[in-house]
Amino acid sequence: MARSAIIGGAFAALIVGGAGAVFLIAWRPAIAAIEPPAPQSFAPDLVKRGRELAAIGNCNDCHTVSGSKSFAGGLPVPTPFGTVFSSNITPDTETGIGRWSEAAFRRAMLAGVDREGRHLYPTFPYDHFTNVSDDDNHALYAFLMTRQPVRAPAQDNRLLFPLNQRVMIAGWKLLFFHRGTLQPNPAKSAEWNRGAYLVEGLAHCGACHTPRNPLGAERANASFAGGNVDNWKAYALNAQSSSPVPWDAEALYAYLRDGWHPDHGTARGPMAEVVRNLSQVTPGDVQAIATYMADKFGPPAPERSRKGEEALAQAKSGAAASGPEALRMDSPGAAIYASACATCHESGRPPPYGGINLGLSTAISDPDPRNLANIVLSGVRPVEGERSPIMPAFAGSMNDAQIVSLFNYLRSRFSNQPAWTGVEKTVREARGTETASLQPSAGARQAPPADPAQRAKP
Amino acid sequence: MMTLKVNGQDHQIDSEPDTPLLYVLRDELQLNAAKFGCGLGQCGACTVIVDGKAVLSCVTPLVLLEGKHVTTLEGLGTVSEPAPIQRAFMEEQSAQCGYCIAGMMMRAQALLQRNPKASDEQIRAELAPHLCRCGTHMRILRAIHRAARLMDTAELSPAEQRSAQ
Repeated sequence: MARSAIIGGAFAALIVGGAGAVFLIAWRPAIAAIEPPAPQSFAPDLVKRGRELAAIGNCNDCHTVSGSKSFAGGLPVPTPFGTVFSSNITPDTETGIGRWSEAAFRRAMLAGVDREGRHLYPTFPYDHFTNVSDDDNHALYAFLMTRQPVRAPAQDNRLLFPLNQRVMIAGWKLLFFHRGTLQPNPAKSAEWNRGAYLVEGLAHCGACHTPRNPLGAERANASFAGGNVDNWKAYALNAQSSSPVPWDAEALYAYLRDGWHPDHGTARGPMAEVVRNLSQVTPGDVQAIATYMADKFGPPAPERSRKGEEALAQAKSGAAASGPEALRMDSPGAAIYASACATCHESGRPPPYGGINLGLSTAISDPDPRNLANIVLSGVRPVEGERSPIMPAFAGSMNDAQIVSLFNYLRSRFSNQPAWTGVEKTVREARGTETASLQPSAGARQAPPADPAQRAKP
Repeated sequence: MMTLKVNGQDHQIDSEPDTPLLYVLRDELQLNAAKFGCGLGQCGACTVIVDGKAVLSCVTPLVLLEGKHVTTLEGLGTVSEPAPIQRAFMEEQSAQCGYCIAGMMMRAQALLQRNPKASDEQIRAELAPHLCRCGTHMRILRAIHRAARLMDTAELSPAEQRSAQ
């Protein structure tokens, strides 16, 4: 009797103590609502700086539904755990952040907690934004609070129990969310450090390009090893890079700024929006990002450099082929390539308006054929009202078997990588999302049809 | 030698497997509605329907067409018996030079077969790959809406049923 009372008491104490611990870990106070500051109270220079920072942060990409009001949120973001809808970050007082003080905004950025004290899902990349300086948050706040307020109530996330309980996020943070991880590196140049600050902070490049663990956190030991975003592969940006020609700072700068590079091709898919945004920011900041990322890629091994030179020389000479498949013009894949692809990709017309020589295409040399499937099925749509690269969609003219034979041919002729496995499944799945994106579902993310953000005039 | 099914008829074709469908339609079968515009799949003038989907025939090699049904504008209707999409384009006087129109009609036909109640926005998005330099876009839009109404009230002709397969 006495023993069971002791056990019972200990058990009760454990529950109370546990609940207390959870409360301590999870509870965050609300920050008082304010009357929205008048837009005129923000200095124009500050707002302009905030606009550039928002472009670096790619905020519009998640917080705007294509074709709807800017920053009004509502975009469904698919995650392995369910769908999270982006929030309204216009200064609307009822449905946006109009009643958020700057302190509340800063806390959301640095700690992932909203004004009322609720934990935010890490779909909002505060694991990166925690590195953003107070000055930059000050400018971002000024920019957002001077946008047009839009009344757009939040949509309920579709997450399974218990993930729909926000207290769970506190546990996630305890495991994976670390503040103050980014320290300046005095051994590196000021430009490198600026790049590190942007890449690891506001630009949150790793959110797509770093693989995630089963609980959805970026794997710290696999930084920039390549990840997933919206049915696209975000390529590896480290020594594991699969680009035929190794990247350097100069190429990265041009690509990030113009949306294409002659040795690498055109940005498409989710990256198109990123370069569209980066085309609007101070060149120095893009240069800093390029410098830092070039260091993440690291200098290529001599063997890789040699292969890159070879690929370039072959592309330049228009020389046919290396693989044994090249001579087998009787294979269906070869015939499809010759008539459907080569007319542009071997036209001799330089990128971006001519197709890139496929020996330089990362879509073909990467271990993951998804991007190739997306691009072949949906093509590249031109940017409205601008000169821009274009590629016709082949979803209507090629069935799955034909695409598979084309892909096997491309892989064996244009890369020195082993054949892909599971191409059939990849193509089938890509066709599923391609069909979905053609459905008139209001608010659905325009997944594969890519808008290349090609801004430079040739 | 391969069998190519066009507008419900089988044709024996002797061209190389990498020959674009457009060349076969125009040069071998004298079906001249589909036009050569750019030859790069960028203008839409060569659009035909393959198994119910709009396809750019200038970048579609024969090798892709084994066992598939090709429909050209000639397969939809005739001068004396125009299909709803053709009637609508005439009634709205949507052609100026007319070079792009056959392609426009084919993609619009494929869209309306899939979605008879296509909205203005959906029509605009669907026809985005088509270029028209005369500038009759507003008439083309009106014609497609008119065709949707015509199709809604009329039975499909046998040729249209074929192309809807």
